[in-house]
Amino acid sequence: MNDVQLKNPMYAELDRVIDSYRDAKGPLIQVLHRAQEIFGYLPPEVQQFVSQRMGIPPSKVYGVVTFYNFFRTVPQGKHVINVCLGTACHVKGADRVVEILREELGIGIGQTTEDRQFTLSAVRCLGACGLAPVMMIDEEVYGKLDRAKIKHVLQQYAS
Amino acid sequence: MKPARSLVLIEIEEDSLLAGAKAVEQAFSDAIKEQGLDQEVRVAETGNLGIIGRGVVVVIYPEGTTYVGVTEADVPEIVSEHLLKGRPVKRLQVCLGPCMDREKAGIGLVRDQPRIVLKNCGIIDPENLQEAIGVGAYQALERVLTEEISPKSVIDEVINSGLRGRGGAGFPTGKKWSFTAPGDEKYLVCNADEGEPGTCKDRLILEGDPHRLIEGMILAGYAIGAKKGYIYIRGEYSLAIGRMEKAIEQARANDLLGEHILGSDIAFDIEIKKGAGAYVCGEETALIESIEGKRGYPRLKPPYPGQVGLRGKPTVVNNVETLANIAPIILNGAEWFRSFGTETCPGTKVYTILGHAATPGLIEVEMGTPLREIIYKYAGGIRDGKGFKAALIGGAAGAFVDEAGLDVGMDYDSLRDYSAVLGSGAILVLDEDASIVELLRGILNFFAHESCGQCATCRSGTGRLVDILDRFCSDGNEDDLDLLLRVARLMHEASFCPLGQSPVLPIESALRAFKQEFLDYTDVSMPV
Repeated sequence: MNDVQLKNPMYAELDRVIDSYRDAKGPLIQVLHRAQEIFGYLPPEVQQFVSQRMGIPPSKVYGVVTFYNFFRTVPQGKHVINVCLGTACHVKGADRVVEILREELGIGIGQTTEDRQFTLSAVRCLGACGLAPVMMIDEEVYGKLDRAKIKHVLQQYAS
Repeated sequence: MKPARSLVLIEIEEDSLLAGAKAVEQAFSDAIKEQGLDQEVRVAETGNLGIIGRGVVVVIYPEGTTYVGVTEADVPEIVSEHLLKGRPVKRLQVCLGPCMDREKAGIGLVRDQPRIVLKNCGIIDPENLQEAIGVGAYQALERVLTEEISPKSVIDEVINSGLRGRGGAGFPTGKKWSFTAPGDEKYLVCNADEGEPGTCKDRLILEGDPHRLIEGMILAGYAIGAKKGYIYIRGEYSLAIGRMEKAIEQARANDLLGEHILGSDIAFDIEIKKGAGAYVCGEETALIESIEGKRGYPRLKPPYPGQVGLRGKPTVVNNVETLANIAPIILNGAEWFRSFGTETCPGTKVYTILGHAATPGLIEVEMGTPLREIIYKYAGGIRDGKGFKAALIGGAAGAFVDEAGLDVGMDYDSLRDYSAVLGSGAILVLDEDASIVELLRGILNFFAHESCGQCATCRSGTGRLVDILDRFCSDGNEDDLDLLLRVARLMHEASFCPLGQSPVLPIESALRAFKQEFLDYTDVSMPV
């Protein structure tokens, strides 16, 4: 199974990543970070691969993947919108941001649009509280949101 | 290259980057070249200046003139007026007239702050080791090495300084170090998993003055006999991670980290571990589990990490702000440190002021400074001229303080006497229109989401708290509030770690000061 998988360049890259952590202590989380960068999410096959190559029981890999908010087990839209629901954003109207996005995209938190363009999810504090309310699309943070700004930002990503 | 006549410092951090700081920097470089000033004026990047929500911030030295909300379009004017003709652009300036001294730069937030931890943030280029050394980095380390100060003396100095852990609990740092069990293999862990909602003080240090943290870690490692240190940073802090990685490389290249630090026999090295988003990992034993690559379940204490920590070895876990205090203490002495703050809580504290404050931002003031002074002097009061209702101090695991608490000194002991906590130093200011009930619902949802699930008390309890308050909000009565308090108190007694023990703080304080608001509440249903 490994040989077949290794012909896939993504698995080959993950294989090299795991190799580079061979002498590191407790590298599972760091490897999963990289695996998610490569695959976009962590499906059972990838977890299985990590488990076999690192000699860690699959139950343990799955346990770690599901524990941390950062790791995903289902495919995401092309762009992931993380709306901050932390206290600072909450007071500045984060719930309205979610509502506007629901109206604009037709999806709620945890859902992906049918065209797989956007996934909407919630985070608890991005640490950009001075800009509240904020959302993060992929790696970009957008702050001081209102309806006009949200619409404008979404347009930049829609294609 | 001859020394520059003027220095243009551009604040590069997450907020200002969004406001277009990079474009402004480029515009400055271009305009300066265009005017033929590139031999006389240098453009450099710096870290967070502690000014939040004011767009791109630019400081021009030697005058120390501070401009806020600078856009690309403003740059030609600043260059031709200020740099060429020596006339500050008043419409963007936050201080009129020349200010040689940054402390007097005229911004409410910066003025009068006794800065120890943030001394260099926003003054130096955080990606440049020479600049850090120029303002005194690694002097404390040099002193320890040249004067052959023993590890025990370093610990004693920190004990005498009275420094207490800035992560929230306020445990004396020197004592924590001295409790470390003997052993050949020990670890130092810097907790930079800043997860308390509404807190970004550690990010400022990581992004603005990384070498101060590295020096503090080397000194701490030397004191406890650890040769290896880890910085556990939240995965979301990409700029901070990048800057720390760069600083660590620079330190290694200059023998400040490695097998023979500054040619001595002292060895110490630092590795960065990226967190993956779990609030509970702020708890030190959960953080250790996470570094080991496992789920972040807190461990049973005792044994404390000082005895059995990372990989079973004695380990000290310190907060970023705590470690950033070490070098100044070693360099200037415990007595000097004690001249700041109160008898039982010496030194300063960095606060993140957010919410409805007129000028939200990060400030560093002496321990014991009353909340009133922090909000009205440093944060400009309440925005839009509204009235003060309450402040949530210490994040989600914090307490509401109403008007009666405005004059309580902000330090570990005074706040505890007031049944509040200093916690991470987050201050969420709430104006008269804020809804305490909705805010509490948000906080309880947060705990339910972040409960790690290891112990039943917290796993079920956090969910029950949400259910009870939701029920109260839809068609409940006063009994629900009593039940809410009873469950939270039980969780305080029976939960395994501080996460489950914390909800009682916001609940109790909200009900103490704002019970009538709960009773008058009508549901406006909050989306979860």
